[in-house]
Amino acid sequence: MDRNQLRRQVALTKQSLFDQGLLDEQFIQLEDLQDDANPNFVEEVVSLHYRDSARLISNIEKALEKNPLDFKMLDGYMHQFKGSSSSIGAKKVKAECTLFREYCKAGNGEGSMRTFQQIKKEYATLKRKLETYFQLAKQAGPADTACRPK
Amino acid sequence: MMENGFSSPRNDSFPAGLRVLVVDDDPTWLKILEKMLKKCSYEVTTCGLARDALNLLRERKGGYDIVISDVYMPDMDGFKLLELVGLEMDLPVIMMSVDGETSRVMKGVQHGACDYLLKPIRMKELRNIWQHVFRKKIHEVRDIEILEGNESFQMTRNGSDQYEDGHFLCGEDLTLIKKRKDIESKHDEKDIGDNTSTKKARVVWSVELHQKFVKAVNQIGFDKVGPKKILDLMNVPRLTRENVASHLQKYRLYLSRLQKGNDFNNPDGMVKQSDSPLSDSAGSFGSQNSINLQPTDVSNGCYGFSGSSLVLQNVDPRSHDGDRKILVTTPVAEPKRGLTVDAPNPRKPRISQMEFGHPIAPPRSEVNFATFDSSFPSKYPWCGIPGIPLKQEHNPLHLNDGFSHLPMPRQKQLTRADYPQPAPAISSAPSLTEREIGCPVKIKPSRNDYSSNACHVSSTASAVDSIPLQTKTNSTNHQVSSTSSMENQGLNMNCLTGVESSRKNINLGMPPFAPLDKDLQVCFVPGDYYMNLGLQNIEVPEYFDPSLLTDVPIHLNDGLRFDYEFYDPTEYSLIDQSLFI
Repeated sequence: MDRNQLRRQVALTKQSLFDQGLLDEQFIQLEDLQDDANPNFVEEVVSLHYRDSARLISNIEKALEKNPLDFKMLDGYMHQFKGSSSSIGAKKVKAECTLFREYCKAGNGEGSMRTFQQIKKEYATLKRKLETYFQLAKQAGPADTACRPK
Repeated sequence: MMENGFSSPRNDSFPAGLRVLVVDDDPTWLKILEKMLKKCSYEVTTCGLARDALNLLRERKGGYDIVISDVYMPDMDGFKLLELVGLEMDLPVIMMSVDGETSRVMKGVQHGACDYLLKPIRMKELRNIWQHVFRKKIHEVRDIEILEGNESFQMTRNGSDQYEDGHFLCGEDLTLIKKRKDIESKHDEKDIGDNTSTKKARVVWSVELHQKFVKAVNQIGFDKVGPKKILDLMNVPRLTRENVASHLQKYRLYLSRLQKGNDFNNPDGMVKQSDSPLSDSAGSFGSQNSINLQPTDVSNGCYGFSGSSLVLQNVDPRSHDGDRKILVTTPVAEPKRGLTVDAPNPRKPRISQMEFGHPIAPPRSEVNFATFDSSFPSKYPWCGIPGIPLKQEHNPLHLNDGFSHLPMPRQKQLTRADYPQPAPAISSAPSLTEREIGCPVKIKPSRNDYSSNACHVSSTASAVDSIPLQTKTNSTNHQVSSTSSMENQGLNMNCLTGVESSRKNINLGMPPFAPLDKDLQVCFVPGDYYMNLGLQNIEVPEYFDPSLLTDVPIHLNDGLRFDYEFYDPTEYSLIDQSLFI
């Protein structure tokens, strides 16, 4: 009973991530890829993404300190970041990335910086929420395997 | 089909075991793609750096079947990698990016990508990538056949000089042709000897070899290069003229693609593209082009022939138009595939590109676009094949045999002669042939209107029986490959299949009407279909070696000659050389 409740909570948590527009269907695809050979595939991918994108974020931060701004470079970094975000289905982050790149193309430094702050915020929010979700999911145990109470 | 021989040992389970090299600087995507590809039962190698990937590919030639590469990589532009892979290993390359801007995708296609996938990539897209490998194999087999065909073609040429000269006029710059002629005449005799002994030799173009090649080309000067000269300069044992020629074609294509990239960026090109609605019949494109480019009368004879084919296959233009429209709308579901499918740098397309790369600089962009549009219709025709009327089935097969030599050389020749215009017509041609054979007589009258030449009429009559046969041959031989190449066309804009090449001839046929100009365009819309059919016939004369054609009904031969006689041989002489580089 307890476990069922947990499962329900896991499902609700996940659903809320979609409802808030934080995730898109790529996340579901990741879940579909998870199998016996890689039982923690989704979590591994997500943590890999966050590890790798931290580097990109700091690249962008440094590039934003330059004066004048090198929009081409910023756009390149953001392209990479956006690509990486698309890998885990970070929908909202991706949308902000698109906006950022538009500002870059328009040569709008202020807009770029503002958007970048927003990106970092969304990026962190999603990270936190996904961590919570994985935590819960672990507690609930694998969805369909027989889980005998210890 | 499987006997095409995949390098992977697991032939029977193809595409399982397809060896895929994935290149992406993003480790997250690498991990995901690896997992996805494994789920498809492919063998996956991942690479975080383009340079590493290139090294892997160079070290293990033949170790991979296909490459999937990210577009943006910090150490090397994905497009650069694409070019190198295309040039050195001739592997199909799929580009991927989170960025789906049309200009980017176009760039990928121009650089020879066989597909362009948008991130996030879906399983169903990856499951299907084996088709690029398969298509490439088909092309390779055909390349070899073409080589063989070329050989016989050259002999043919020697045997009957009279007949060969007709086709190439169209778009080609005459001075260029002359140059080629010079080159050609120097090497002609030797070449024939070379060919026979070396037709199937395949060469792996290592970096060093390629560099030697480039050095030789630069030394000779790009305008003057010919395979033989390069071969002499390179001085590599066992390398043959054919090897060099094929690589030279690739290389030219590569250069012209780069150049074309610029064309695409220029606004004029874009305008043209938008100008031409898809619903426009491909034929009209073709006709416009040919009118502009080919003021000569030379192809009159050809035209007559096509007329005959008209009678046989009798197409109702209107219904065709309707079909087209349908095509135009339906493709949307598939366009991605259609366009992308065939990138695997088949040699042919390259060849063609390079050829018309020189002479027709300004019209080029226009042509390309036309081709592009037409690629949609071309797809359709093939779909229609299953439904081919029984009539075709009933065509005597023995003719096929008779023609079996011909198609190859023809292709080769056409490829080289390649003009942009033909492409559009091409795409629709096969479909007509296949599907619309049913109602013969209607069109004929329109034909006659155009051509006051007596020869047209006569040829029509005589050629009627044989024409269907040729058509048949074509479709039989190239059904698979031509389908793909058509798609290719959409991508590369310039691929020529046998079918396509035959369409070219159609364009040739047009010139006679140049004076009519306006009328031509109007009339042409209905007429272009015939032209397509006629193309096949047209080609025959060029290759025409009576000995090869023994099986062909005599009247056909007569018809061909007849047409030819109408023309002043001197007019042809300039043209024909373009084939023999």
